[in-house]
Amino acid sequence: MWRYLPVLLLLCLWQILCSLGTVPNYVLPSPIEIMQGLGTLLTTGMPPGHLLYNHILYSLYRVGWGFSIACVLGIPLGLLMGWFPWFHRVFSPIVEVVRPIPPLAWIPIAIVWLGIGMRSAAFIIFLGAFFPILLNTASGVLSVNPILIDAAKTLNATQKDIFFKVLVPASLPSIFVGMRVGMGVAWMTLVAAEFSGVKDGYGLGFMIMTARDIQRPDQILAGMLVIGMIGFIIDWLFKAWESRITRCV
Amino acid sequence: MHLELIGLGKIFVDATQGTEIPAISSIDLQIKQGEFVSIVGPSGCGKSTLLRIISGLEKSFEGRVLLDGQEVLRPTNDIGLVFQQYALFPWRTMCENIEFGLEIMRMGKEERRSIAEKYVNLFGMQGFEDRYPSQLSGGMQQRVAIARTLIMNPKLVLMDEPFGSLDSQTRNDMQEFLMDLRQKRNDTILFVTHNVDESVFLSDRIVVLSKRPARILRIFELTAPHPRDRTSKIANDIRREVIGILRQERNSPSPTKT
Repeated sequence: MWRYLPVLLLLCLWQILCSLGTVPNYVLPSPIEIMQGLGTLLTTGMPPGHLLYNHILYSLYRVGWGFSIACVLGIPLGLLMGWFPWFHRVFSPIVEVVRPIPPLAWIPIAIVWLGIGMRSAAFIIFLGAFFPILLNTASGVLSVNPILIDAAKTLNATQKDIFFKVLVPASLPSIFVGMRVGMGVAWMTLVAAEFSGVKDGYGLGFMIMTARDIQRPDQILAGMLVIGMIGFIIDWLFKAWESRITRCV
Repeated sequence: MHLELIGLGKIFVDATQGTEIPAISSIDLQIKQGEFVSIVGPSGCGKSTLLRIISGLEKSFEGRVLLDGQEVLRPTNDIGLVFQQYALFPWRTMCENIEFGLEIMRMGKEERRSIAEKYVNLFGMQGFEDRYPSQLSGGMQQRVAIARTLIMNPKLVLMDEPFGSLDSQTRNDMQEFLMDLRQKRNDTILFVTHNVDESVFLSDRIVVLSKRPARILRIFELTAPHPRDRTSKIANDIRREVIGILRQERNSPSPTKT
């Protein structure tokens, strides 16, 4: 319990500085004001009528799509990249050129291609999640102990058996690392993707931008807090899932 | 079962320097059904490479490997290989590891489980069926690896320093366990080790290899019945002689320039 003491002290100091007026609340609202802001997000909504839980649902929906597509494409391609040297040679130059482009730099072209809305946002999130998943999966396959492959061969395993019964399970821990990192990036990319425009009027990024437009820093910070908490919970769920599946390794 | 090695040789090519390193040169050897043959030699002399060639894992080599007159070109169920590092699948339980080869044969789940159970009992591993390799001791892990190989009933079992990473007490237990198993099953075993004591305790024949490139220096025949007394005079005599050859070999100038 004592380890949370510094956090508590910091919060107290913050509250005191705000209450004394040392820090003006239009720059940095106090913790209590942020909590009140959170309350208004839950009850009134921002913009009014657009409640927090709906923003969360829309954001999760976009991340869900982008992340799922990243997994569906990234894991098989990563397995192929790790297993076939020729595929690695063909594919990795493309990856190395595209990967350094920040997902946010894709926003303008995404809007041109897919229009403003759900599909653009999902595409940006996909770009953020795809590369960590792809590269971790590939490196997982590359780091499989070759002696396990030899052992499978002496037990008459075909190439197909080796792929499905040795390589895939052996790379599972790396695949999970890729998914966790990918999910982290996806969640970070989400807010920016929603800054770029949301047609349906929902999404945590959209909510924060609307709060900024009407000068509500308490709601901005409350929104940031919500985004952080959800990211933390998702990562925690991933960790729990990971340790269930790969507990033996 | 009859294994015949004819003029086996292997040269490693160092691609960066373009040099050729001969690892094995012209090995001829025959092994009969039910024999236990040990291969001893200086460390790094190519003993493991020899087993990889016989198992069919090695693709490029000179000479021929004949199993019952048939050339061995790729890994087969007829030749099993047990590795020093066990090479168990860490994501599979003990039973799932033992069943691996049967699963590859597309045998049904219940059938293969009942066969695996027999091996678990034969190997004295009851109660650990659902443990993962990381939860087992080194000796137990190697038993699982041996069971995984023997469940396929290979005509020839290759063992590459299988007890090399075990402590000496466990090593002795495993040697006795292996002798026991052999009396029950009469497997044909080709056993690589750098431990002369072990080879004297276990083998019908001991093949002594030279340092690189490995060739056969001497073959000892051992006729003493099992279980053997590790400290008997005859065991000591053979041990002394093998160790003497190996020492002389280690101190002799290297015949090859690489």
